[in-house]
Amino acid sequence: MIDGWNLVIGIEVHAQVNSSSKLFSASSTKFGSSPNSQVSLIDAAMPGMLPVINDYCVKQAVKSGIGLNAKINKKSIFDRKNYFYQDLPQGYQISQYKNPIVGEGYIDIESKEGSKRIGIERLHLEQDAGKSLHDQDPKYTFVDLNRSGIALMEIVSKPDMNSPEEAVDYVRKVRSILRYLDTCDGNMEQGSLRADVNVSVNKAGDELGTRCEIKNLNSFKHISLAITYETKRQIKLIESGKIVDQETRLYDINTGETRSMRSKEDAHDYRYFPDPDLLPLVLEDQWIEEIRNNIPELPDQKKERFIKEYSLSNYDAEVIVSDKATSEYYEAVVKGRTPKLVATWVTGELFSVLNKKNISIQDSPVSTDMMGELLDNIKTGKISNRLAKDIFEDMCETGKNPNSIIEEKGLAQISDEGEIEKLVDEVLKNNPENIEKYRNGKIKLLGFFVGEVMKLSKGKANPATLNKLLKKKLDY
Amino acid sequence: MIDKLNIVKAAELLKKKEVSSVQIVKEYLNRINKGKDLNCFNEVSSTNAVKDAEASDERRKNDSLKSEYDGIPIGIKDLFCTKGVTTTASSKILSNFVPSYESTVTQNCEDAGLISLGKLNCDEFAMGSTNKTSFFGPVKNPWKSRGSNAELVPGGSSGGSAAAVAADLCTASLGTDTGGSIRQPASFTGTVGLKPSYGRVSRWGIVAFASSLDQAGPITKTVDDAAILLEIISGHDKNDSTSSIHNKEEYFKNLNSNVKGMKIGIPKEFRSDNLPSSTQKAWDDCRNLLKSNGAEIVDLSLPYTMDALPAYYIIAPAEASSNLARYDGVRYGLREQGSNLIEMYENTRSEGFGDEVKRRILVGTYVLSSGYYDAYYLKAQKVRSLIKNDFNNAFSKVDAILTPSTPSVAFEIANEPNDPVQNYLNDVFTVPVNLAGIPAISIPFTNDENNLPIGLQIITNSFEEQKLLNIAKNIEETIQYKEVPEKWWVK
Repeated sequence: MIDGWNLVIGIEVHAQVNSSSKLFSASSTKFGSSPNSQVSLIDAAMPGMLPVINDYCVKQAVKSGIGLNAKINKKSIFDRKNYFYQDLPQGYQISQYKNPIVGEGYIDIESKEGSKRIGIERLHLEQDAGKSLHDQDPKYTFVDLNRSGIALMEIVSKPDMNSPEEAVDYVRKVRSILRYLDTCDGNMEQGSLRADVNVSVNKAGDELGTRCEIKNLNSFKHISLAITYETKRQIKLIESGKIVDQETRLYDINTGETRSMRSKEDAHDYRYFPDPDLLPLVLEDQWIEEIRNNIPELPDQKKERFIKEYSLSNYDAEVIVSDKATSEYYEAVVKGRTPKLVATWVTGELFSVLNKKNISIQDSPVSTDMMGELLDNIKTGKISNRLAKDIFEDMCETGKNPNSIIEEKGLAQISDEGEIEKLVDEVLKNNPENIEKYRNGKIKLLGFFVGEVMKLSKGKANPATLNKLLKKKLDY
Repeated sequence: MIDKLNIVKAAELLKKKEVSSVQIVKEYLNRINKGKDLNCFNEVSSTNAVKDAEASDERRKNDSLKSEYDGIPIGIKDLFCTKGVTTTASSKILSNFVPSYESTVTQNCEDAGLISLGKLNCDEFAMGSTNKTSFFGPVKNPWKSRGSNAELVPGGSSGGSAAAVAADLCTASLGTDTGGSIRQPASFTGTVGLKPSYGRVSRWGIVAFASSLDQAGPITKTVDDAAILLEIISGHDKNDSTSSIHNKEEYFKNLNSNVKGMKIGIPKEFRSDNLPSSTQKAWDDCRNLLKSNGAEIVDLSLPYTMDALPAYYIIAPAEASSNLARYDGVRYGLREQGSNLIEMYENTRSEGFGDEVKRRILVGTYVLSSGYYDAYYLKAQKVRSLIKNDFNNAFSKVDAILTPSTPSVAFEIANEPNDPVQNYLNDVFTVPVNLAGIPAISIPFTNDENNLPIGLQIITNSFEEQKLLNIAKNIEETIQYKEVPEKWWVK
């Protein structure tokens, strides 16, 4: 809340269905193919062509609905949304209007303030349009229809979010659930998941304000920045005595501002009506139940299990399960090892490397086996925690496994008392004044001695043994 | 030798080797050439047809026929997409369009060995009941009023299909029927026209007009031929979601003209003072004929009949306005340049569509607009349900319903009413059938005092085409309609 202003956010997520073929045709959905290489007669809307529903996409939508704790509608209807555009070959998009395949549901998001439930209004299936390429020719726009007809799920939230952080957490959670279900790959850079965000502001206690819709946000950062900008813009308008117009806006990633795309008056009249080429979609109870019974473990359940099984903190568990691949990485490493140690290393060292390299955990240079091996060496005392971090860095750079790095560089920890004693004696011999000072009460100098011995051992001396020996010799 | 040749006779002659497929095809091509004034064909497939006939004759020699109808030529309404053959829907906007694919219906014909003589003229995008909306000019009815030289409309939209059969330019033809487009021209030309149950015949590859009403069907010289052609073109198609799962039926083999004990309904709402007395008389005569052949006549009511036409003229344009959005100049068909996208759309569609098509796109866009949807489209859908109920109730009492096919016989091309609504009245007896999704057939019953054919319509319940054909066969056998038009067009 900013100065008594209340922020209300509702989000439409457009998630591309994970399916090898399109919603109403057999064309491939592969990303990045050459333009117009994945276009059937149906996708190009040739005369007399008819759509036939892809059962797999329906199954994916139902699966997603179940994952969003939502009601599955046994009868849904495909409608035509009519408008003209060069990348919309039929002159209408087949979508679901009054009778979507999935009804109301909810998801829980986790934030500093605790858990919050966000309502889902509906999920419906629709076709994607093609892509207009405006930069290929000075005079003409080119059209690539590879995307035309690909299945999308539009997931509409209730206006239950009140901050940019909550909005991002919501989209993140939706993406996480869809990835767990394997119903959407969630790649925002490739456009597999994008969000339209509705923002309005009102004074606490007042009626809801007029909302603006910001279209096509394709990163968490942009969602957050766009909402922040839009909130300030609307507050400024109202505070200066103006009103907020209901309109559709675009977020400009270069200026960080939102600008008007079209006003309510210019809004299309889509002339929705039931598509006469398609029969109502009717689902059998048994078919739905079969899908329900095969839903994999979802992030919330997995988090609960991790807390119980591995005694992880709420925070650690949340961080690890929010990404399916991370949770799988964790579970592969944790087998037979200390859960907390594994959690610290995965969310600490590993995440920081992944962030730095800007790669996903699937592309981690350190495999689960290598990570396990490294942690085993810490556990047995062969290497210190500090040394382990150096070795980890080395692993990331070279891709070598920890044991061979330890061996090559002779990094195994020295735990033999006799050997350490020799080093301690040498250090003491070279620093008689400091021994004097120490014995006269400057006990902080213990750290100096530890450091010197460590230096001499090239960091390999077992710290516990070293401490014990040093103290014994200094203190008599 | 091929005068009044039909599918059954052609099959017989070919089987006895009294004539070859090439001979039949060449003769028809010759007639088509001589009958150019009728303007039946948008495109004649001379070369292909002869080639196909040679291949068929070869198959006959090798005893590898595709079916017993292999080698018989038919005409195809220019609404069916045909691979490598220009398919225009009689519109300027598609006048250069050559599909790379074959419609399911015409593929089924090809699979049976039927040969296409070419593409038949029709109303633009099948919108019209006079054939005057065609970009390629009107088809002329082979029939003329006795003592008059005035050219008559063949009906529409399958006007070319009906006229070509009536003028004996092919054995039979394919048409489509959205609100009467097979039955009305059949009635105007003295031919047999059958509109199958919705879903009986695949719509895949047929240029769409109104998807929930469109249905392809045969126009033939006899009921036997209608049975044969329906059998060939029908069947489930996985590419059409609205295609019925009903199995193919052997209509011809199972034809049984006995109507003893059948109940035939006569709906009172089809009676009208405006009905020409000769049409009324034909209807009464047919009723008596069926009665004397052993059927029981039942007077019944279809209370919502008169609401069908307005409902139809909301639903059909609504669907059409959306179905025709794809003709935008972007990917295929006509493109008229503009300085930006909107201008290109406007120029292309202004230039590419004729007046009637534009009118229906406007009406359809209007009735679907927000604020009008409930008052028009939704209400029309409710009326449609009531009409279906009417027929359901009727068919709980009767086997079939007998009505006139059209409220008038063929009229002069020059006398077409300027008021489109007057024109729409041509469909008043045929549209209820499309709205209900049930099958109906128009058969020639007699000629009126001016020697113009009068057609009667038989209607049955969904997927009762066999019963429909049986009753039609009974009437045909009894009346022995043998009228043919004078060949005034042969030069």
